[in-house]
Formats: sequence, structure tokens, C-alpha cells
Amino acid sequence: MTRQTPLHDIHRAAGAKLVDFAGWDMPLHYGSQIEEHHLVRRAAGMFDVSHMLALDLSGTDARTWLRHLLANDVAKLSTPGRALYSCMLNADGGVIDDLIVYHFTPVRYRIVVNAGTADGDLAWMRQNSSGFAVSLAPRRDLAMIAVQGPQAIDAVWQAIPGSREATQGLAAFEAAEFGEMLLARTGYTGEDGIEISLPATQAEATWNALLAAGVKPAGLGARDTLRLEAGMNLYGQDIDASVTPLESGLGWTVDLKSSRDFIGRQALETRPVTRRLVGLVLLQRGVMRAHQTVVTKHGNGETTSGSFSPTMNCAIALARVPRDVAPGDTVHVEVRDRRLPARVVKPPFVRHGKILV
Amino acid sequence: MNLPQDLKYTASHEWVRLADDGTATIGITDHAQEQLGDVVFVELPDAGRQVKAGEECAVVESVKAASDIYAPLSGEIVEVNQAVVDAPEGINADAYSAWIFRLRPANPADVAQLLDAAAYEAEIGQQD
Repeated sequence: MTRQTPLHDIHRAAGAKLVDFAGWDMPLHYGSQIEEHHLVRRAAGMFDVSHMLALDLSGTDARTWLRHLLANDVAKLSTPGRALYSCMLNADGGVIDDLIVYHFTPVRYRIVVNAGTADGDLAWMRQNSSGFAVSLAPRRDLAMIAVQGPQAIDAVWQAIPGSREATQGLAAFEAAEFGEMLLARTGYTGEDGIEISLPATQAEATWNALLAAGVKPAGLGARDTLRLEAGMNLYGQDIDASVTPLESGLGWTVDLKSSRDFIGRQALETRPVTRRLVGLVLLQRGVMRAHQTVVTKHGNGETTSGSFSPTMNCAIALARVPRDVAPGDTVHVEVRDRRLPARVVKPPFVRHGKILV
Repeated sequence: MNLPQDLKYTASHEWVRLADDGTATIGITDHAQEQLGDVVFVELPDAGRQVKAGEECAVVESVKAASDIYAPLSGEIVEVNQAVVDAPEGINADAYSAWIFRLRPANPADVAQLLDAAAYEAEIGQQD
């Protein structure tokens, strides 16, 4: 039995094609995945991301505990509402999950984790919290709507009275509490936008208000091609517990400068980095998919995500390859029964509607 | 679902339009395009190629997956549709006009083995 978000009836009524995603019955698309992709790049689209889990963290040791738990350093967060992307590692330096943490005060944070890993994350967090004065409250009473695209913020302001005053001063990666809502200038598409976290009971009304403001629904299909173009990793596909952030293009999220001892640090400092995650642009017609062999002069690698890029009108992929493979190299990808040439690039492929590679 | 009565079908979701000159035009069904999602790439067979019924001879790739297209009948590929390569989204817009290749059956009697619309509809029902 798959789980349903508070917006499930709305998706059905809108004719969404629903698929099982991490145990949740979620919209894949509402007609055309490619049209939804373009809408987010050019105007505004909204995604139901209520399957993701918000956790409220509080306690006098909240900050100290997060500095122990996460590879990125929450001490970087000083302004209230500031957000941080981080990996949570096991003792071997493998990625248990990637998450966003929002800082309100040094004793109060909000953490948002992936749906498929939520139960394991919570167990890991609890297991590693003994001796710390912290408490964690899973917020399954909340829904989350990600409004994304160049017109997204204006549309949110129009749909939610009073939200303009609450959010117009926000920089990227900052959030504001607004009544029972959290309005965050974050996302997973490479476009500007606002992620709205709100009581499940208000989800339908807010979704409908956003529709009235001109925002079109978009499904997980478009979300996947958008995040791939934006060079963002998908947990369970590009990263998992078998790889470290340093092999995943996420070195920038690992803080090794401070002297704090976070879980996985020792492994990261001793485990040799032999592979890296790069972007690939296919130079011929065809579509790259996950788990295809990448042949390079430094040895073989493997695609971790691959699809057709609607913005670039060709196939793109993320691939884990030997460390010495560099942007600008030409490699060959085994697409079905053929070896097709691809150019190595540094992700992102696309940001804010512009092709960067 | 759009399922023209005047076409023949295969269990692997090709449609077949039989012409008076004995040739068969082949594409993928509306059901198939709906399952695949947005089509982004079509790979055609070479004209002149001899194929056996059930042999892989073209590929339709969508945002979601690659799907092999099988020859519904044994025979010779006599024409391929370059227009569908240039505009693969035509398969989503109208699966029955966006044909992929045309074939001259080696044995015209083989067409009796193809499914009619009712039999194909029953086939889909079983697969779902």
C-alpha cells in the first residue's frame, strides 16, 4: 500500500499519471513532462514534495549536535532563517542522506530529509544523540509545495496574502517563518523559487491559490530532468552509503577547515579519493541512462543518472569516473549496444534558464 | 484510448496499416506512447533491410525509457520516416500518423497472424 500526500486527490482530479516513488503514490506528470520542464525554466511550476520529511530539532545542544552529525558546519549559519545543504555520513564517510537544515536560533532548527531515507535517518539521528540535550519532532502534519521558476516568487506573493512582506528581504537559501508556514528561497531545479512548508490542512487551498496565480503543476519527471540539468545529485542514484561526498562533486559541502570532529571525518581524511562525479554531454543522438559503462583513457566509470535534457535538446548524464578524467575530455558511453562519444563537463549544465556547458 | 478499428496490432504495441499495394506501414500505438511519456529520439532501420517477424528493427526513446520496436511481419523494409526522427514528439501528438517504417511482407498470408483492435485491447487489459 503506497502512502498518499495531502494533495493526492488534487493530483488525481488533474489527471496526473501517478507512480510509486519511495513508497509514495506521486505524480510523474500531468500530461507532458517536457512541457512541465520548460514551464519551470521559463515561467513557474509547482511540485508536491510532501513526501519529504521535515524534522523540528530543539534543545540546548542543538547546534553542538548538528556540528557532530553533519559534514557541513552549521556554525556558518548566523542569520535566522539561513539554510545549509549538507551530507549526513556514516563512520566510513559514506552518505546516509543529503539534507537541508534551516537555522532559526542556536537551539532551534528545521531539517528536511529525503522520503526514501526518512525512517533510517531518524533512527540514525536518535542513535547518535545520546548525551546531547536535543529533541527531534517529525512533522508528518505538514505538506510541502515547491514553487519554482523565474515567475515563482511573484506568484507566491500573489497567492499567499502577506507573504511578500515576509519574504521580499530574503536572499537565496534563506527562509522566513510566516504564521504556520515556512517560506524558503530554496529548491531543486536550478531556478529561483520558494518552497512552502505548511499545515497539511491548508495544502489544497494554497495549491489552488497558486493555480489561480498562474502556476502550473509539475511532476517528479520534470523535477528529475530539472535537477539533473542543475547538476544536483539524487540520493539513491548519484549518491548513497557506498560513496563519499568527495567522490560526488560535494567537496564544497564538507567542512574540513574547522577542528570539529563530525561523524565520518576521519574516514574522509584517510580514504583515498580515486573517483569523481562529472557531467557528460552526449555528442550524438541517443539517450544516456543510469548504470551505463563510461570508457575513458584512465579506466572505466559508470553513469549514475542520465536523461534527455529538454533545455539543451540532447542527452546529459552524471557519471562517476576515475579521478584523472577532466572537463573537456571526450569519453565513450555504452548506450545499449553502441559506444557513443560524450564530452566531460563540470556540472551544472543549466542554471536560471541558461545553458552553461 | 484511441484504437482505430481499421488497423492491425501486435502484442508488443506496434500498429500495422495494410495498403492496397501489399505494403504494411508500422508505428507504435497510442497506448504505447502513453506508457512511454514524451518521446525524444527515434532510431530507424535501414531501407532495404530484410527482417524476420519479431526482430528488433527500430528504437523509440522517451524521457523515461528506451523501447525496441519489432517487425510485425517478415519481409523487406522499403521506406523509413525521417520526419519522425526530426520531430519525435509527433508520436505523442498522434501515434497513428507518426509512422516509423514501411515493410513489404515476404508472405502476404502472414497478416492473418496480427491482432485486430478488439484482440489488442484484450491484450492490453491482460498486461495491465
